[in-house]
Amino acid sequence: MASIKQNPARPPLPDFRNFGVMLRILLGVNSLALLAALLLAGGISDWVRRFVDLAAWVQPLLLFNLALLAGVSPLLRRLPVVGGRVCVFALAALSAALFVDFWQFMGMDEGGWQRTLRAALLAAFAAATLLYYFHLRAKAFSPAVTEARLQALTARIRPHFLFNSLNAVLSLIRSEPRRAETALEELAELFRALMRDHRDLMPLADEIALCRQYLDLEKLRLGDRLAVEWEIVDVPDDIKVPPLMLQPLLENAVYHGIEPSGEGGTVRIRFARSGDELQIDLANPCHGQASTHSGNQMALANIRERLALFYDLEARLETRSVELPGGACEYRVHILLPCRSRKP
Amino acid sequence: MTQPLSSSRSTTPTLSVMIVDDESPARARLRDLLSDVAAEVPNAVVAEAANGLLAIEAIALNPVDVVLADIRMPRMDGVELARHVSRMERPPAVIFVTAYDTYAVQAFELNAIDYLVKPVRANRLAAALQKVRHSRPPPPQVLAELQQGARTHLSCHERGRLLLIPISDILYLKADLKYVTARTASREYLLDESLTHLEEEFSERFIRLHRSALVAKDAIAGFEKGAPEDGEHQWQALLRGIPEKLPVSRRQWPLVKNYARQLSS
Repeated sequence: MASIKQNPARPPLPDFRNFGVMLRILLGVNSLALLAALLLAGGISDWVRRFVDLAAWVQPLLLFNLALLAGVSPLLRRLPVVGGRVCVFALAALSAALFVDFWQFMGMDEGGWQRTLRAALLAAFAAATLLYYFHLRAKAFSPAVTEARLQALTARIRPHFLFNSLNAVLSLIRSEPRRAETALEELAELFRALMRDHRDLMPLADEIALCRQYLDLEKLRLGDRLAVEWEIVDVPDDIKVPPLMLQPLLENAVYHGIEPSGEGGTVRIRFARSGDELQIDLANPCHGQASTHSGNQMALANIRERLALFYDLEARLETRSVELPGGACEYRVHILLPCRSRKP
Repeated sequence: MTQPLSSSRSTTPTLSVMIVDDESPARARLRDLLSDVAAEVPNAVVAEAANGLLAIEAIALNPVDVVLADIRMPRMDGVELARHVSRMERPPAVIFVTAYDTYAVQAFELNAIDYLVKPVRANRLAAALQKVRHSRPPPPQVLAELQQGARTHLSCHERGRLLLIPISDILYLKADLKYVTARTASREYLLDESLTHLEEEFSERFIRLHRSALVAKDAIAGFEKGAPEDGEHQWQALLRGIPEKLPVSRRQWPLVKNYARQLSS
């Protein structure tokens, strides 16, 4: 998708501390080893034996390199992209050479400079293949970032909400002009946030402020029907989260949980930190179709996709309907985020 | 109020209007606008309601000329409200008001049904009110198509009154020669509906026992074998709250049995 704001910069090196990247490296190198074993093997039955032989060489080196890369990842990311790549090749090749040396010292390899060089070249080749894969992957995903941003602009706020809010503000102008002013200011700020660039993480405090504004506006028209409970436990101020991650979830909660009920209900929001993870829990009463409603599913898919773009496999979003003792039903969304500010 | 005395206007009787919306600011807004256009189209807001169900109760007590009905409302939405009131003896005209509902708006345009979009503008409101006297209610077919999801109530006439029967109260629906009977724990109602349509609309709630009976799934208390007939036992469904038993046809039995198994597992 073409956009004026398309990122012209080359995709940077992968984040070697990311669990998803590590997993992909593990799988990638082992796939290469499987392929090599197939090439070396005389027949299919020989294949497994060959692979086991190879694995004994490959795995220790692979794990060592993963640890090494995770360790120096911040340094690598500070280098220019080409420099970073050369460093990765060099690290892989050097460590392979060192390992061959070590095995020779332990008497498990005959050694010799030719074998050392071969090991170094193979390791550099594996590193190059994987880096090329990550490069392609980053390229494939960058239009998706743009698209996600555009989606964020179009699918975020329901038109239903905009027109109902405008209508509520109009109703206030004659009777409570000051309150109408505040409401319009809030609406303006909400839309300013919606139209911002959505590619960078933003402070959690900002996202919470945005959500409060949104809920204020909803309260304007729903009155006592909407009750909100916030619980924020031990959450550091400097945590960053993907922008507009919570607001659409709250909008779903109000649209599916509060509006269809004549008596109204409570939306509960809870933030808590456990170790390196930020846990976010949202709960709202449910009325039958909430979980299967296509609008809800679309918003959830949208947020899942953005979480994957920001955190790869490290973030999770789960939803479930829970039967409460009183016979009522509650819809819950649970989000887990890695609790650190990630610099791309 | 300064009302220009013209011959046409002095003969126009005041329209009695009811506002139905679950959001009180939205009702306030319509009230303001109605008083703004009162010079042009004489009107008086005689009642307000927060959902379709309350609206029907109010209309039954005090008939009105026009109902301004929001579409998305809890408990009973605007479309269902229109479907029920259209069967009243003196049905009020219903003007739909919606914030944003592409599906409904398309259908309104297609069927020339009058509607207003929020925020409502005074001149559009006045135009809609002026047309009201000559407009005919939309055909039931069209309203049925507009309905998203199933109705929450069925309605029937009794001695000139419109009765609403909550779907959740109905234990079974049975087709007799000409009518469909709805049985609740306390009594029976005669409906002017077809069993096939009811089965389609409420397939989540009811299951067919035989050619002319649908039973609410959660009203089934169990099954027992009835007296032998042609050497074969016929199964009967036992119902919660009432002593009646409903026969299950041989054709439907596998389906019903399947459902009963799902329940017990």
